[in-house]
Amino acid sequence: MVRFPRSEGFTTADLGFAHEVEARSGEKVAACYQCAKCTAGCPLAPEMDIAPNQVMRCVQLGLRDAALGASSIWLCTTCTTCTTRCPRDIDLARVMDTLRAMALDSGAQPAEPQTPLFYRIFLGLVRRRGRQNELPLMAAYGIRTRNPFKDLLLGQKMFLKGKLSPIGPKVRDVEQVRRIFEHAEAHRRSRAKGEAKARE
Amino acid sequence: MRLGYYPGCSLHATAKEFDLSTRTVCDALGLELVEIEDWNCCGATAAHAISDELAVGLAGRNLALAAQQGLDSVLAPCAACFGRLKHAAKALGSGEADLPAGLDARAAAGVRVHNILDALLNLAGLERIREKSVTPIAGLHPAAYYGCLLVRPPEIAEFDDPENPTSMEQILGAAGAQPAEWYHKLECCGASLAVTNTPSAVRLVADILSHAKAAGADCVAVACPMCQTNLDTRQAAAAARLSEELDLPIVYITELLGLAFGIAPRKLGLGRHIVDATRLTQIAFTPAAEAAASGG
Repeated sequence: MVRFPRSEGFTTADLGFAHEVEARSGEKVAACYQCAKCTAGCPLAPEMDIAPNQVMRCVQLGLRDAALGASSIWLCTTCTTCTTRCPRDIDLARVMDTLRAMALDSGAQPAEPQTPLFYRIFLGLVRRRGRQNELPLMAAYGIRTRNPFKDLLLGQKMFLKGKLSPIGPKVRDVEQVRRIFEHAEAHRRSRAKGEAKARE
Repeated sequence: MRLGYYPGCSLHATAKEFDLSTRTVCDALGLELVEIEDWNCCGATAAHAISDELAVGLAGRNLALAAQQGLDSVLAPCAACFGRLKHAAKALGSGEADLPAGLDARAAAGVRVHNILDALLNLAGLERIREKSVTPIAGLHPAAYYGCLLVRPPEIAEFDDPENPTSMEQILGAAGAQPAEWYHKLECCGASLAVTNTPSAVRLVADILSHAKAAGADCVAVACPMCQTNLDTRQAAAAARLSEELDLPIVYITELLGLAFGIAPRKLGLGRHIVDATRLTQIAFTPAAEAAASGG
């Protein structure tokens, strides 16, 4: 059963949404014929509010809020089992990537806010230093989710095994890494402009 | 053979033993690893979940640097890094993405990317692994666990069978081990859900480990730091969920090869796991005949 977030009366379909997803992902979502092979093999399907094949259906039907508001897009681990098995050759994992990016661009609260928060902290560290370091990553995530003690015992064990280091490595040409971030942001801005124009 | 080396962030921290054992084993096999100078994080899952351009840019810079430094092939032992680097090479090659000024996208696209299984199987070869295995690990029954990104999606990984890979079993077999027959070698470990949705990841880890145990495995062999971390650090929670004792050391395939090559466990970082892996040395070197007789 697909549960739609907007339950009062009928949900309006946004047919431009399907085109937007197809253009951004480069995947032909319209080709999906609902065999649900993706869902059968999805390791996270039991925890998702709507199954992967239903996410594809929502895109086809232009149900923007249902697709972008689904917990499914944040529970997807990009294991790519669906992508490997789709008989219609749709790279579902890539479509999920696109839906995540669109959900964040929309500014609405995501269904699993801790996941994009983790990604943002992760990328913030990469932007500043060029490399990741698990200790500040976990510490920052723990503080931001107001649950710093969740994995403290585990962290201690890992620290004692020499698996965590407080001294972070740094890329020498961190300026070049910063330019990669700016390059991606410029892309995003020009795309947003184009999409706004298309909607007018 | 000279091979560019992209360790990735994990191999410098949580997966130090993967770095140590990869370097030692490759050296023994005659693969000369040259670390890419000034490499950066590949962006892992976080970048591609937010922006494809960022994902290609972060991974692509490493390939551009490799090309600049005269390295036309790169070994990326971390399965996630391997996937991201290969994705970037493809996207840059097809022209669907580019790199900021100062980085040569065309040169980056031309760099060949190998995962560790590919390097062991196709660059070193089973024959050389057999030759180097002076202390065969005949007493071990590892469950070969591939996880997702070593073979999937097939268009990116271009390695082994995406539904029933056997390269890891072949490599372990050449080192004398008797890999377990099991059916969870490709199931996802949960990746970063271990942090953001811990119960979901624990469910997946429990499923994988209980099947490894049921198949008679005495350890799980991996080739991905994310898989190793999840199966190792979430094992206690998985055991509690199953009300079952698991006690399965989660070791990198290179650590097991190192043991077979007669390298000291300390040099391989075998003592750095949460579930003790050093005790594997007590059963690893049982003569093959004896191991087979004991029901291997």
